[in-house]
Amino acid sequence: MHVNTMAEMAMNGETPEVLFWVGCAGSFDQRAQKITKAFAGILSRVGIKYAILGKEEACTGDPARRAGNEFLFQMMAYQNIQVLNGYGIQKIVTACPHCFNTLKNEYPELGGHYEVIHHTVLLQQLIDEGRIKMKEEGSFKGKKIVYHDSCYLGRANDIYEAPRKVLEALDAELVEMKRCRSNGLCCGAGGAQMFKEDEPGNKRINIERTDEALVTGASFIASACPFCNTMLSDGVKNREQESGVSVLDIAEMIEASMA
Amino acid sequence: MHYIQQTGFVVLSAVAIWLFARKAAAIRRNIFLGKKEDLSDQPAKRWRNLILLALGQKKMFRNPLVAVMHFVIYAGFIIINLEVLEIVLDGLLGTHRLFFPLLGNLYNWLINGFEFLAIGVITVCIIFLCRRNILKLNRFINKELDGWPRSDANYILITEIILMTLFLTMNAADQSLQFIGSEHYHITGNFFFSGMLAPVFNGMKESSLVAIERTCWWLHITGIFAFLNYLPYSKHLHIILAFPNAYYARLEPKGKMKNMPAVQQEVLYAMQPETAPADAPPPAHFGAKDVFELSWKNLLDAYSCTECGRCTAACPANITGKLLSPRKIMMATRDRLEEVGRNIDLNKQFTADGKSLLHNYISVEELRACTTCNACVEECPVSISPLDIITELRRSLIMEESNAPQEWNGTFSNIENNFAPWKFSPADRDKWAQEG
Repeated sequence: MHVNTMAEMAMNGETPEVLFWVGCAGSFDQRAQKITKAFAGILSRVGIKYAILGKEEACTGDPARRAGNEFLFQMMAYQNIQVLNGYGIQKIVTACPHCFNTLKNEYPELGGHYEVIHHTVLLQQLIDEGRIKMKEEGSFKGKKIVYHDSCYLGRANDIYEAPRKVLEALDAELVEMKRCRSNGLCCGAGGAQMFKEDEPGNKRINIERTDEALVTGASFIASACPFCNTMLSDGVKNREQESGVSVLDIAEMIEASMA
Repeated sequence: MHYIQQTGFVVLSAVAIWLFARKAAAIRRNIFLGKKEDLSDQPAKRWRNLILLALGQKKMFRNPLVAVMHFVIYAGFIIINLEVLEIVLDGLLGTHRLFFPLLGNLYNWLINGFEFLAIGVITVCIIFLCRRNILKLNRFINKELDGWPRSDANYILITEIILMTLFLTMNAADQSLQFIGSEHYHITGNFFFSGMLAPVFNGMKESSLVAIERTCWWLHITGIFAFLNYLPYSKHLHIILAFPNAYYARLEPKGKMKNMPAVQQEVLYAMQPETAPADAPPPAHFGAKDVFELSWKNLLDAYSCTECGRCTAACPANITGKLLSPRKIMMATRDRLEEVGRNIDLNKQFTADGKSLLHNYISVEELRACTTCNACVEECPVSISPLDIITELRRSLIMEESNAPQEWNGTFSNIENNFAPWKFSPADRDKWAQEG
């Protein structure tokens, strides 16, 4: 697939409708790359003119800031805002709730003002507008799906319904975990936990959450965050349930079910 | 006789109010030891929060059954205060049931209403005592509650039961006195609940009944004054501070961390040296090591915490056996602040005691376990953010002490050099796009 970078677009004097902020996980993590490709595929098929920053994109600084390293966060923010403002970016979509939160809530007071939306919200809009059409007999039809709320989408930004509305389009049976929406349990990756060993305890958080998802008997765990996806996939593997249960990003599920 | 009672009452009230005011002023001083933070914007939204969250206890209704029970105690407390107003005026003026002649029949309805609430308060306090001491709900038996905090909770519930019982006994004796036509005792009509207690006093002498009625009256109002002065030392202070705390609750999305303009400036000067003033002083400190470096709102949070533990029960780290407990973060902050306050009382100004909130009260291991998931913030019925304190302390750990786990140092270095938390080449960032 060919994906335009901002540099290419700018060279041709073109402006994208939206910048796709891929994020580090989406760029480098092999599992998350599949989510990136699925979402980029949807954008192309729907005919949205989008671009990525490519090699000019850098970590938003979220894990550094939450670990306590404000200097590093400010350096990354400065660098990214220079690039984004340099291209006159107006609108950003991202599949990572951590990037979403930082770009939307934390960059404005540093001089980066953009309309930032999460990919689940864009997908809901596209479905509502009829621009995404689903297959009659999609692969998720009638299947049991449980959605795991990402903390940085849910509690951090009060986005609970958009991902669920998107999943409803799959004509599947949506079930909920006991702790869902604003009560949702973290996957264990936030606050830079993704990048270090757990503190001493009696259980890993991702296992606790995965167990809760498995109890629902769903065959698909839907995520909306690449880090949640990793944590829950690890959990499912740890519980040796990968033959019966898949962890998929909402974008992957939609891409697989588009007419 | 009347004058002795009146004088006694005036002295009692004056002492109680003076003691309370003195302690309240000390708490106010302690809270403002924190850093300035302007939280006066958007007053309409703030009043709305005060009404919904504090007055309406909206967050409590995440668990409707407990919310209703809590509301009974709360409504009982607020509404019975109207009766306390009469009691105080009676005490000052040497009258008895001052409002009766003014309200007539309505008075009987009101007292019956208060008695109904009193019965409700007693019932719920007993249920709450059972939840804490017999059912032993998880969040009530965590080890951070060992000792004083657990006793504190029980003292509050027991005191409320005693106060309500005194109120009902007083009314029962009053009715017996009305029945035998004692002077000074207005014929108010039957009180339903205390009326059931009245037979206990059948056949007692008028003087004994007066003694019982007066003793209950005095113990009840003395108990209320004592309770008022107990509040500042107790978790029960939330009945007052929940209101300002809801008003000053943060209005931004929960995911937004507080900016550090000093660091932002430093980075700007490094990137664009031409913008740097020659005499820019370096920031005094990064993040918070002690209570002085937290915001005053963090400190108000600490005094507003009633240690209910909803935060800890929702904390993913705590659920999975890690040391972190958001409630303990709040309790530690209040304990340290109280210690600092005593230090100031003793030495006129704070004299270094070789201790700090970080390390002496909150350990590195606790801070490291936080996933910044905001579950604790979401849960808190009185708008406290334990997360804000955790992240401020983390900033101090990293930027003041360079105290990070080895893996995080690697992550930092990757972000700085490779622009991603992992060691991939930045040149490969868009490689996925070429792979089809």
